Amino acid sequence: MQLIKPDINLDFVGKRKLALIVSVALIVIGMASLLVRGPNYGIDFAGGTLVQVQFAQATDASAIKKAIAVLDLGNPVVQSFGDNQNEFLIRVEQASGELKGLSVQIQDALEQTYEKGNIDIRRVEMVGPQVGKDLRNKGLKALFYAMLGLLVYISWRFEFRFAVGAIIALVHDVLITLGAFSLSGREIDLPIIAAFLAIIGYSLNDTIIVYDRIRENLGKHNKESFIFVINRSINETLSRTLLTSGTTLLVVLALFVLGGGVIHNFAFAMLIGILVGTYSSIFVASPVLIFWQQKVAARSK
Amino acid sequence: MSNSLKFRSVLVLLCLLLSFFAIAPTLMRDSLPQWWNDSFSPIQLGLDLQGGMHLVLGVDVDKAVESRIDTIIDQTEAELREKDIIFKRLERRQGDRLVILVYDDEEGAKVDALMADDYPSLEAETFSGAGGYIEKHFRLSDREIENIKDYAVRQALETMRNRIDQFGVSEPTLQRQSGNRILIQLPGVEDPERAISLLGKTARLEFKMVDEAANLQDAIAGKLSPGTQLLYERNINKSTGAETETPLVVVNKAVLTGDLLSDANVRIDTRFNEPYVSIEFNAVGAKHFDRITAANVGKRMAIVLDDTIYSAPVIRERIAGGSAQISGSFTSQEATDLAIILRAGSLPAPVRILENRTVGPSLGQDSIDKGIKSIWVGAMLVVLAIIIYYQLSGIVAVIALALNLVFITAMLSLFGATLTLPGLAGIVLTIGMAVDANVLIFERIREEVRLGRAPKLALGSGYSKAFMTIIDANLTTLLAALVLFQFGTGPVRGFAVTLSIGIIASLFTAIFVSRVIFDLFLKGREVKRLSI
Repeated sequence: MQLIKPDINLDFVGKRKLALIVSVALIVIGMASLLVRGPNYGIDFAGGTLVQVQFAQATDASAIKKAIAVLDLGNPVVQSFGDNQNEFLIRVEQASGELKGLSVQIQDALEQTYEKGNIDIRRVEMVGPQVGKDLRNKGLKALFYAMLGLLVYISWRFEFRFAVGAIIALVHDVLITLGAFSLSGREIDLPIIAAFLAIIGYSLNDTIIVYDRIRENLGKHNKESFIFVINRSINETLSRTLLTSGTTLLVVLALFVLGGGVIHNFAFAMLIGILVGTYSSIFVASPVLIFWQQKVAARSK
Repeated sequence: MSNSLKFRSVLVLLCLLLSFFAIAPTLMRDSLPQWWNDSFSPIQLGLDLQGGMHLVLGVDVDKAVESRIDTIIDQTEAELREKDIIFKRLERRQGDRLVILVYDDEEGAKVDALMADDYPSLEAETFSGAGGYIEKHFRLSDREIENIKDYAVRQALETMRNRIDQFGVSEPTLQRQSGNRILIQLPGVEDPERAISLLGKTARLEFKMVDEAANLQDAIAGKLSPGTQLLYERNINKSTGAETETPLVVVNKAVLTGDLLSDANVRIDTRFNEPYVSIEFNAVGAKHFDRITAANVGKRMAIVLDDTIYSAPVIRERIAGGSAQISGSFTSQEATDLAIILRAGSLPAPVRILENRTVGPSLGQDSIDKGIKSIWVGAMLVVLAIIIYYQLSGIVAVIALALNLVFITAMLSLFGATLTLPGLAGIVLTIGMAVDANVLIFERIREEVRLGRAPKLALGSGYSKAFMTIIDANLTTLLAALVLFQFGTGPVRGFAVTLSIGIIASLFTAIFVSRVIFDLFLKGREVKRLSI
C-alpha cells in the first residue's frame, strides 16, 4: 500500500511564510498564556503536599473540602482522579517537615467525616520547598545540556547551519508544547521534563532524516537551486515521516487513553510534541536553512 | 547457506536463548529450578509500581553543633567549679561558640589555661563585655564544625539502618545524599506513618528531676526560675483513648541520659495487662542510676523522651542493678517501636522530612495493569498499520518488533534496571519509534525497486543506504536519554533507562535481525517481486 505517491511534489517550502505566521502565532498565544497565568508548577517543582484518596462511596469535591476545612490549609485544590467519582486528588501548597505530616492530618480529618475503613490513601507526595527548587534546577539543567549536546553532535555530523535549524525547531516544539500545557491548565512536574526531553529526541530524529536527505541530494543535484533541493528532499522523505509519526501517535494515543491518571499529562505532552515535532521538521527546520543561505549569500555579495 | 548468514542466524538464536533465561524468573519464578532463579533475577519494580515509600530526610546538623557546644559547657562548668575558678556564667552564642564571663584578668587567665589544656582545637578570643565583665569566647574551628556535621549525618544514617533492620522491611535502601540529606526507600511498607515515626524520632531519652517547689501557674505564664523548664506529661485515657497533657516543671539538666542504655524490651504489666518498656543500663549507667536514686528517695523523677514526659514516678527506694521501666499507657505497637528505637540508639540531631512519596500497593498494581494494557494495545495498532502498509515485509518488521520487546525485557532484567511507570511509558514510546528504522529501510528499498533494481540488490542497497541515517537519528535520541539519566531522579530515571535500552534493542532488531530474516527467506530462491 502507498499513501504517498513516489512522484509527489508538494510545494512545502513555498508555504514557509504561512508556516512562519502559524508557528509564531502558536508560540505567542502559548507564551502569552504562560506569562499571564504564570507557570503552573506541580508539587515536584513548587513544593507542597498531594494526597490521592479513594472513597468507598461516591462523593464530591465540595464535601471533601468541607471535611478538611478544620485544618485551615488555605485554599486546597480538590479534583477527581480518573473516571471514577470516588477517587480524588487533594493538593495543598504547604509542605510540613514534621514527622506527623500534613498528609496524616488530612487522613485524620477525612476519617472524622467518612469514617475509618471507608477511605484508602493510595498515594502521598510531599516535596519541601528546598527539594522543589533543586528539582527545578536539575530539570532546567537537563534541558540545557541536552540541547547543547545535540548542537555539538549535529554540528559534527552535518554543518553548523543544520545544527542551528535543528535547535530552532526543537525550541519551537518545546515552546508550543509548554504553551499547550498552560492553555489547558495542566501542571508541569518532573515526568513532563522527561516528556520534553523525549520530544526533543523525537523531533530531532525527524529533522535529521530530512537533513540527511538534503545532504545527499545537494551532492546529486548540484545544478538545481537550494530551495528546489530542499523541497524535493522533504517530499522524498514524506512517506516515512508520516508513517513513523503515525505509528508513534498510535501508541501515545493508547497511553493517553489507557495509561491511567498518573501518566496522563505525560502522554498529553508526548501527543502534542509528536504532532508539533512532525510539523516542525517539515516547516521549520528546513526553511531555516533557506533563510540562513539567503542571509549568508546576501552578506557575501 | 553462506557462512556469514549461518553465523548471523546463530547469533540471533543465542540472543533469544539468553533472553529466555533472563525473562523466565520474572514470569514464572515459582516453577523454575533453584539454579535458574539464582543466576537470573526478576525485573525490579520501582516504588511507583510495587508500592512503597521514598523519603528524603534532612538532618538538622546545626543542632548537632549546638549540642556539642552544650556538652562542652556542661563539662567546663563542672571543672571550673571543681578548680574554684570564679566566673559569672557560661553560655552558647551564635550556635558555634561558647562564652565564659569572668570578673577580672586573673580568673580569665586561669580560664584560658584550662581551656587550652582541655580543648586545644577551640579558637579563643577575649572581649571586654558589657557591665565590666571580660568575655572569653571559644569558637569551634570551621574544620571541626564540618566534622561534627559530617559525623552527625553518618551517625543518623547508621542509627536509622539499625532501626529499620529491627523493624523488618525487606530490601530497604538507605543512602547518604549530598550535604545533610539521607535517602530512604522502603518497598511495600504497609504503615507509612509508623515507618516515618520509627525512622525520624530523635529518641533522646533523659531522666530529669521534677522541681516540686515550682509554681505551675507561673510556669505556664512563662515565669520560670533559672535552670528549670516546663514540659508536658502525656496521659491517655484508657477507655476513650483521648490524649491529655499535664504540665510539669523539671530541672533543665538531665541527671541521666539514654546514651548509657544497654538494652530495651517490651514487657507486659500483669496487674493492668498493659505493655511497658523495660530498660537496662550499662555498668556506668547502672552506677549513676544507683547513686541518683539513693540521693533522691521520695522525690519524683521524670522520664523524658524528646521533650515529652512519659511518666514521672516517685523514687520509693534506692535502685541498684541498673534496670528501670518506662510506662505511659502505651499500645503494644507503641511499646514495641519505642523499644526498637531505644535499642538502636538516638539520632545525634533532629531530622525533618524534605520529600515523601508514598504509593499504596493497590495504585501500583493499577499502574502496572494500565501500563501493560497500553503496551499491548499500542503494539497491536502498530502491527496492524505496518502489515497493511508493507504486506509480507511488514511481517518481517513485526517479528523484529516482537523480538525488540523480548530483548528490552531481557536487558532490563540482565542489567538489574528498575522498571517504573515512566519506564513503561518509555517502552510504549519505543514501540512506536522502533518501527521507524524498518520504515526507513523499506522506503529506501521501494525507491531502489522503482529504479528497476532486482529484489536482492534493492534489499542490499536499501539497508546500506539507510544505515547511517538510522544511526544519526537514533544517536541523538540516545543522547537526550543519557542526559535525562544523568539529571533525572527516581521514576524519571526509569524512563531514561527504558528509552536507552529500547533504542539499542531496536537498532539491533531493525537493522540486524530483520536482515537475517530477509536473507533466510530469500536464500536459494528466485524472487521476482518483493512484497513491500
